[in-house]
Amino acid sequence: MDFGFKISPSSAVNLDNADLTLYNRLCEVEPDITRCMACGSCTATCPANRFSGMSMRKTILDLQRGKGKEVVKMLSNCMLCGKCSMVCPRGINTRHLILSICKLYKEE
Amino acid sequence: MKENILIIGGGIAGLEAASQLLKLGYNPIIVEKSDHLGGHVAEWNRLFPDMTPAEDAVARLVSGTTEANIFLNTEIAFVNRLKDSYNIMLTNGISIITRILLFATGFSLFDASKKEEYGYGVYNQVMTNADLERWFNTGYDERIPEEGPEAMGFVHCVGSRDEKARNSQCSKVCCITAVKQAIEMKQKFPQAMVYCFYMDLRMFGKKYEDFYISAQRDYGVRFIRGRVSEVSENIDGRLIVKAEDTLSGKPVKVTLDLLVLMSGIVCNPGICKTAGQLSLPIDSDGFLKSRDNIMDITDSSKEGIFYAGACTGPKTVPETLAEARSAALGIHNYILNGMK
Amino acid sequence: MIGMIFILSYCVIGLVRIILQLPKEDRKKFFISLVTPKTIAKNIRDIFCDCLFHVKLWKRNKLLGYMHSSIAFGWFMLIVIGHIEVFLYVPHRAKLFYYPIFFRYFVAETESTMRGAFFFFLMDFFLLMVLSGIFLAMFKRIQSKVFGMRRTTNPSFLDLVGLYSLWAIFPLRLLAEGFTADISGGSFLTKSLNYVLNSFLSDHTNMLPAWWAYSCALGVFFIVLPFTRYMHIPAEILLIPLRNAGIRIKNARKGFAKAEVYSCPNCGLCIDACPMGVMKTHIKDTTVYLNRQIRRGNEKRIEEISDKCLLCGKCTAICPVGVEGDKLRIAQRSIRRYALNPDYSNISTSLLPVSDGNRDAVKPAGEEKVLYYAGCMTALTPVIRKAMESLLTKAGVRYDLMDKDGGLCCGRPMMMAGRLDQARQMIDKNTEIIMSSGAHTLLLTCPICYRIFKEKYILPGIEVIHHTEYLARLISDGKLKIKKDDARYVFHDPCELGRGCGIYEQPREALSFAGNVVEAAKNRKESICCGGSLGSLTLGFEKRKAMTENALSNLVVQSPDVIVTACPLCRSTFSRYADRPVEDIAEIIDHKTLIS
Repeated sequence: MDFGFKISPSSAVNLDNADLTLYNRLCEVEPDITRCMACGSCTATCPANRFSGMSMRKTILDLQRGKGKEVVKMLSNCMLCGKCSMVCPRGINTRHLILSICKLYKEE
Repeated sequence: MKENILIIGGGIAGLEAASQLLKLGYNPIIVEKSDHLGGHVAEWNRLFPDMTPAEDAVARLVSGTTEANIFLNTEIAFVNRLKDSYNIMLTNGISIITRILLFATGFSLFDASKKEEYGYGVYNQVMTNADLERWFNTGYDERIPEEGPEAMGFVHCVGSRDEKARNSQCSKVCCITAVKQAIEMKQKFPQAMVYCFYMDLRMFGKKYEDFYISAQRDYGVRFIRGRVSEVSENIDGRLIVKAEDTLSGKPVKVTLDLLVLMSGIVCNPGICKTAGQLSLPIDSDGFLKSRDNIMDITDSSKEGIFYAGACTGPKTVPETLAEARSAALGIHNYILNGMK
Repeated sequence: MIGMIFILSYCVIGLVRIILQLPKEDRKKFFISLVTPKTIAKNIRDIFCDCLFHVKLWKRNKLLGYMHSSIAFGWFMLIVIGHIEVFLYVPHRAKLFYYPIFFRYFVAETESTMRGAFFFFLMDFFLLMVLSGIFLAMFKRIQSKVFGMRRTTNPSFLDLVGLYSLWAIFPLRLLAEGFTADISGGSFLTKSLNYVLNSFLSDHTNMLPAWWAYSCALGVFFIVLPFTRYMHIPAEILLIPLRNAGIRIKNARKGFAKAEVYSCPNCGLCIDACPMGVMKTHIKDTTVYLNRQIRRGNEKRIEEISDKCLLCGKCTAICPVGVEGDKLRIAQRSIRRYALNPDYSNISTSLLPVSDGNRDAVKPAGEEKVLYYAGCMTALTPVIRKAMESLLTKAGVRYDLMDKDGGLCCGRPMMMAGRLDQARQMIDKNTEIIMSSGAHTLLLTCPICYRIFKEKYILPGIEVIHHTEYLARLISDGKLKIKKDDARYVFHDPCELGRGCGIYEQPREALSFAGNVVEAAKNRKESICCGGSLGSLTLGFEKRKAMTENALSNLVVQSPDVIVTACPLCRSTFSRYADRPVEDIAEIIDHKTLIS
């Protein structure tokens, strides 16, 4: 039936029912993930950013918000060059984090 | 006979403590490694939040210590612990016996060339906050074009809050210093575009927020929340600065003529030897460890050794002065109570 | 005897399985190499040098070398001479393979010719040699430092059984032969023992238990052999021809990798070599333990060990049997399955233009054109890029920049993570860009990139060169004029440049034009990884600190003024903790170049 309009899903993040399974599992393998202070160094230095919008900062944030789906596209051009690990002021092993996401990610 | 009190460091903390101790009737001796008094503040131009000339502040502090013994260009060669006092040998050959030592050793500015990606010492247009203050004082620096930069940027947290730079502390004063310097640059070059790249703006002090508002409203300083990750040079020799504008979630690239790195406050490596000889504990942030970080910030864990100012962590000028007075009072009480 | 049959059949089955597991083209290569005279000669030489004489161990430590070669070569000669004896005296028995072993038991001395005495002497001589080796081996258990080893492997239970039975074999043989020496003959060792024994044991009843004990020890040793580290004895004989046939690791667990794993003698030389060894917690993450876990099939530990490694390749460089610890680990990483797989087909190479370098300084047309690929890491150490561009300009070289505004990664970090398909895609993209640039030379300032460009890229007509080589060439060609002073430099060999690509001389040559080169305590093939390596997937920032400090203390033994390296990653890792300046070789040469 066409009502002439569509109801778009709310863009608000509902923390009450966010699915944090992936995030929690990542915290186990790479506890440093909790130390991110969202400075954006990783994104700014990332050579894949211009192709797929890769952003480690956003990836971590999305996972914390339970929005796992959004990381798939971003990660698709990651070259694992390790620049993000090099610049991270909090010393997060982002490279291993990326590999762990690639490994643990489960499609709904 | 007047009690000898050895003050290590002739910066603002050492000067203020000396002048208070003189008033209390003691004989303070200042040992200063450089050739001038006033430490880092003497090299600054103007102080936030009221734009007080640093020169005046230092002059006032120095005028209070005319009766103190001051040794410039002198360091501590070694320290011997005697039964209830210390025998201190200075590099100028003088030895002093004192029952009380006051550490007013201050801080060091982080060596910005250690952040290789910012290209300090590599690119001609990259300078530090200290370099900029020197330019304010002397008016001479070949990195700053005479007609002023078309666009310039301040990078906050260089060597602060950075485990890769081995300093995870916030240096406390760089945020407000960057805003102050941004305003000063805008006053000199109203046409220049001025950017501040910050991670968090920590405007905690009296009137700091007013400063921040003024920078936004009156001077049009542009604040970008994102840490600079790379600096490169384009074909014309201008700087290309890359960061992420984390608020919009987009990477930003901007071409600048001048980049000022806000070098952070790190522990003064020069005191490590002396602190080691006295086996003074170092806190987890690399600064000297007070007996208690809340109640006894000016006391060390050793008898007769006191701290004042930035040797125990980053501090503002008024905080340092207040601590120097507090240390002087602490020393006075210690002596009155029979060294207990 | 049972032991012998068991071990022979086990070896044959193992051999056939490994050969069957090889990919088809490799198998073909192997068989061809077995009949090629050149490789036959090389195989025989390598087997003698490595398996019997342990030449590599001699080079490392004389005592260690003597211990191994005395046991291996002595035993080998005992077997050979034993067979000759049997063949000479009782030819009809020669077909029974156990006969020579117990020759002395079966045969009574029938003639005392010079010939017999000669063989008896030889047998005793080699027995003495083996015994001295066994004695040293026992001593090594207590005092490994004398043998140049700070730490050795922790043997497993079966290893201990094997070890003790090996130790028992030869003293028992001596005893047994001593008992029978008056019947079967003997020489200076066995004869004299016989006199001693005869002086208080008059009859020959002791003979039987002694021979039985000897044969039991022998049997036990051969039965446990396949399950212990002593499996390296037969496995190495297979590994050498395989390696000489040019076969490399293709599968993580099968074929060549399996041959390598079984060839590991668990000597533990890699424990001292490993840069992670500065922290005691990492000792069980060395190659010898990886091999052990692979043999046991402990997947969790295999993953842990292979992911932690820095891939510096030092264990490979010093391994006496040539187990490639780094490649073995990459292979283990490559069999991981991932739910997300990066794909670069959306990246158009038109987005990655090659930009002009110093076009003003162009020399007459026809000059070689250099394409400079700085790489990801160099983007974070702009000082290297700036120095290199300045040098190219001073030398009047025409050059282009491949990744001025950011480029694609070379693929080596991805390869180190074991994701070979993804790495291959990046290689293809970069190849496309390079081939269409019209350059003759590809210049790299990063050894990580350099290695993969050398090993995996196919770039016909383009010379791939690292800047250490290029600078040495520019200087010796007279294109750069250097002012020498008395600064003391120590050169740190980056893992990927030295062990990875075998470049040791050129950087030292280039540096010697600028000042005095002093050496680190451990250098060249044995240089210690800076600890910043991208090879390790799991080592966190804090854990690497001890490794960097250890590597630094190794570099400054001759108190150099400047630590020089040729890798952006080493440079930034070292400068974080160093007490003196750390510079790239390009910076040094650039400072010292006279502008003519």
